[in-house]
This record gives sequence, C-alpha cells and structure tokens, in this order.
Amino acid sequence: MSSLAARRRSPLALLVLLLLGLTFTGTAYAAFAPKAAPGTSAATATQEDVEAGEQLFLANCATCHGTNAQGVDPIGPSLIGVGAASVDFQVSTGRMPLPAPGVQAERNAAQVQFSEEQISQLAAYVDSLGPGPDVPDEEYLDLEGADIAAGGAAYRTNCAMCHNSSGTGGALTRGKYAPTLMGVEPQHIYEAMLTGPQSMPVFNDQNLTPQEKENVIAFLKYIEDGGNSHGGAGLGSVGPAGDALFVWTIGIGVMIAAAIWIGRKAA
Amino acid sequence: MATYYNDLPALSGTAPQDRFTNPGLPPHVPRRADVDEKAARRAATQVVVLFTISAISSILFLVAYFAIDPELKGTIIGIGEVNLFHVVLGLTMGLSLLGIGLGAIHWSKTLMPDVEQVEERHPQTSPDDDRQAVAQTLSHGWRSSQLNRRTAILGSAGGALGLFALPLVVPVVAGLGPRPRGELYDTVWEAGMRLMIDPSGTPIRAADVTRGSVFHVMPEGYVGEAAHDLPADELLIVKAEAQVIVVGLDPSVVQSQKQLDWGVDGVFAYSKVCTHVGCPVALYEQQTHHLLCPCHQSTFDMTNDCEVIFGPARRPLPQLPITIDDEGYLVAADSFREPVGVSFFERERPGLLKGDDA
Repeated sequence: MSSLAARRRSPLALLVLLLLGLTFTGTAYAAFAPKAAPGTSAATATQEDVEAGEQLFLANCATCHGTNAQGVDPIGPSLIGVGAASVDFQVSTGRMPLPAPGVQAERNAAQVQFSEEQISQLAAYVDSLGPGPDVPDEEYLDLEGADIAAGGAAYRTNCAMCHNSSGTGGALTRGKYAPTLMGVEPQHIYEAMLTGPQSMPVFNDQNLTPQEKENVIAFLKYIEDGGNSHGGAGLGSVGPAGDALFVWTIGIGVMIAAAIWIGRKAA
Repeated sequence: MATYYNDLPALSGTAPQDRFTNPGLPPHVPRRADVDEKAARRAATQVVVLFTISAISSILFLVAYFAIDPELKGTIIGIGEVNLFHVVLGLTMGLSLLGIGLGAIHWSKTLMPDVEQVEERHPQTSPDDDRQAVAQTLSHGWRSSQLNRRTAILGSAGGALGLFALPLVVPVVAGLGPRPRGELYDTVWEAGMRLMIDPSGTPIRAADVTRGSVFHVMPEGYVGEAAHDLPADELLIVKAEAQVIVVGLDPSVVQSQKQLDWGVDGVFAYSKVCTHVGCPVALYEQQTHHLLCPCHQSTFDMTNDCEVIFGPARRPLPQLPITIDDEGYLVAADSFREPVGVSFFERERPGLLKGDDA
C-alpha cells in the first residue's frame, strides 16, 4: 500500500473535514444584531427645517429619487406622500441612503449617516411635498398598559407568516427576506407597520389600530426578553430548519465518528 | 465446520482483464492483548470501569429522579437557562447507555476472538425420516377426522371461518367515516356577509384598504366578540376553510377583467387556503404583488387573478366576489363560486358527492 493511499484511508481526514464543515456552518450561523439608533421624535417642523431638509435631500437622496422627489424610474420610487414616518424608518435604521444596489435595503446601525435633527429635517421636507403618515406618538411607544396576549394574536394573524412566530424573520421570494424583529426600536416597528417598507404590506390605523400596534410591539419586546423561551439553546429560534441543521451536522458527525471507531480494528 | 481464513488458499487474479492484481486478504496481526497478558488485563479493567460507570450513572439517575425538584432552573454556559432536572436525567441516562455501549465494543475489540471465520452452508431440508413422519401424522389426522368422507363439514367450516372475517373488517372500513358531501363545496360565506378583520372582528370600509394594504379577514359572526359563544372546533373548521385575504391594489396593474369585476375599486378578496395542500397563503409582497405560500413556496400573482406563477399548486386561489353594503362596509356579493382549498377526486364531478344537503 503506497503512503498516499494510506493517508487517503485515514479516518482522521474525515474527522478534520467534518470539523471544518461544522466550523463554517457555525460561523455562518452567528447572527449579527446591531443596536439600532435611537428614534427621532416628531418635531414640529418649521420653514427652516423644511429648507434644511431640502438641502440634505438634494445632496444625499436626489440622485435616485429625483430633485423634486418625484422618483427616477426604475432606480428610486417617488417620495411624494410617503410621509415623515417612512423617512424616519428608512434613514434612522440605516437602510437609506442605500449603500449599494441589492435585492433589498438592510438594517444597519453603522450606516446611519445623519443626526436625529437632520433626519427630522429630511422628514419635514418630504412631508411638505404631500401628506403622509407621521412619526408615531410617544403615547403608543411606551408600551404601558399594552395587552401582550392581544398583541400576540394580532402578530400571529398579520406578521408571523413572514417574520416567523418568534420574530426572527424568514425568507421571501428571489433572495428577499423578512428581517428579524429582535432588537428593533419600537418606533421603527411602528413605522414599518404604518408605511409598509419594501416588500412589506401596509397596516394602516384602520387595519391595526394604534393600540393594536402598541400591543404587537409589546408582544415582540416580551419575546425578545425571553417570554417565549422555555430553556435550552434557542438555535436562533428559526424553527425546525435550525434544529435540523444542528442534528444533521453535529448529530450525524458524532454518529460517523462512532461508526469509524467501531469499525476500526484494534491494534 | 469452521475454517480460519488464513488457512484458505491465497486468491490470485483469475479475472483475465484485471487492471490490478488482487491483493488478497491482509495478514492477520495479533492484537496486543493477544500476545501480552498485561495488556489483556488492562483491557479487561477498562471494560469493567466502563460498565461500572454505566451502573453508577443508572443509580445517579434514580437518585436525581427523586432528589431534584422538577422545576429547578439553572444556567449552563453556552446554552443558557435550562431545567436542571431534565438535564441531569438526560446526562445520567446518556452516560448509563454510553457506558454499556462503549464497554461492550471495547470488550469485543480487545478481548473477544478477532479471527474471521467461514461457516459452510448445510442443506436446508429436514432428514427424510422426519419428513415422512410428519406426512404420516397429517394424513392420519385427515382420515381420522373423517374430512375425506364428509366433505359437507369441510365446506361449512370453511364458510363459517371465512364469513367471520367480515364482522372484523366491515366496522373498520365503515368506521373510516361518512363520505364528505356538500361541505367540501361550500363555505360559510354568503351574499351580504361582512368581511371582518381577524382577530379584532371590526368591519372594513373599502376606502380603508389603501394601496399596498393587506387585511386578514374572517366572515362576520365567526371572529371577535361574536365568535365567543361558538364551539372551538366549529370555529377552527370555519377558519380552515373560510379565511380570506384582502389586498388593496392599483386597479390599473390588474390584468384580469374577472378579478376587477369581482372586486371593489382596487380591493380584492381571495381565499387564503392554498390549492396545493391547504396552508394559509399569507406572505404578500406588496411591491411584486406576489402572494407566497410558506409551506411549499407556491406563488400566486395578485395582478392576474391569483394565477400560479411558481411552485407545486396547480390552480389559482378562488376569488370571493365582494361589494359594498348600505353603510359602506365590504360585504361578500356571493359565496365562493368554486370549492376552496385542496383538490379532491370529486371536485370536477359534483354529482358524485352532492347529496341532499348540498
């Protein structure tokens, strides 16, 4: 038997391969959850705010959305009538300005390029172009007196199919996905429901009342704080896929190692 | 008789076109425990230790079962908060099984004979004497029970035994349940019934369904306060067949005239039950107007009467015709005009199932 063949037959090679595979899977699995920037409060917009906002808009947004925010087909939609809530959601979660073309904009606190004041100026400018949903009242964001159970019922009917019953997100078509809702500011969750960013449908105040939206947020904060956890490793709480991945890599890896040991001749 | 493999003649390349010479079996290398009594004693000790670990673990399992509070929580680094009772039971039972398994394998690998042996086949028939004796016994029994002369007994006994199978089989087959009838074709929806938001149970004005909105809807009387008095199983059945998704669209993107006719001013209602295997189709992408089923990724085009554009579903989602009542709320203009949900054999031939109640 040549030395090459001897090495090829070595069970150690299999183990090393297995270990490498597991390491890569584990690394890919690690979730990256940045802390979102604090939300901007609804400021009473003055004429100066609108003008300052327009300057910011022309410098940062007009390339894609047009100099009058009328939209540039097909790279940027019209922003007339999207409202201050939409601007606050997109800009203060770091989704806009879009750093690079892609299937969808991603939440990234490191990409937030404007101060709270600048964001409210931008929002005031876009809001002045046409009426749209406003930044939510503090009253619905403090989660005091919110009904967590009712929020859970509303969440399961309206949100869970895309964002997963544990709020950790899920896949959509063609590379798009519903992002995780863990670690998202209440204000941004509220604004997303109100404005329907990207693939997400709109849930206006007739569909989910402000109180119901607050309930949903309270439910999400409750499960974020472990309210849904019954112990043990959550494995990302992505449902059976995560559990299966764990069992198929770790479990089968251990079984293969055991089979090799049993099958080996004792020296 | 057994033959040790190293007594067998060496195999040589008999196949004429072999590219490689047959290496035959490797030489038998004795194990250390075979030649070294000290190694054998050590191996035996290891096996005993493994079995002892298993025994101790079993005892610890029993102790833990009675000693640990089943509600006791603890934190394990890397896993988080866990129920310690379950963890200790699992660990001790796992160690107990592992000790038995490792001990048995270590024992067989180090101490049991490791020579391979060949056991020759022997003929499978019994000796002729035995076979003849059995035939004689059977033949004697047949004649002494008079079955060779009184054939009526044989026939009636066979009939009785054969028919006895029916009382056993018929209830099982009949117990599979009544055949489905009209309920497969109808839902609770009927003309004039309001569309209510699930779970709050509030009615919907057409103007409330703004562009890009999605409303998850149940029929009036089966959601919210009104549903509190209904039995839970009835509610579940209604929800399984009558759930509806309402979307707001720009009517100019809609390609189907029938869809426009059955909707109200850009508001359309479709059955939420997938035509593949009945999952709730609820992932609506408001930019692409695609409705996606979470179970098998069937995708329906909301701008073209919910035609299937991807996935295993074979039929579009049934549309619920809607209109507006006197107070401006969305109501059903009619029931569904085709069976909702998954296919069934008699779907295209209602005559086969439609009974008096349909």
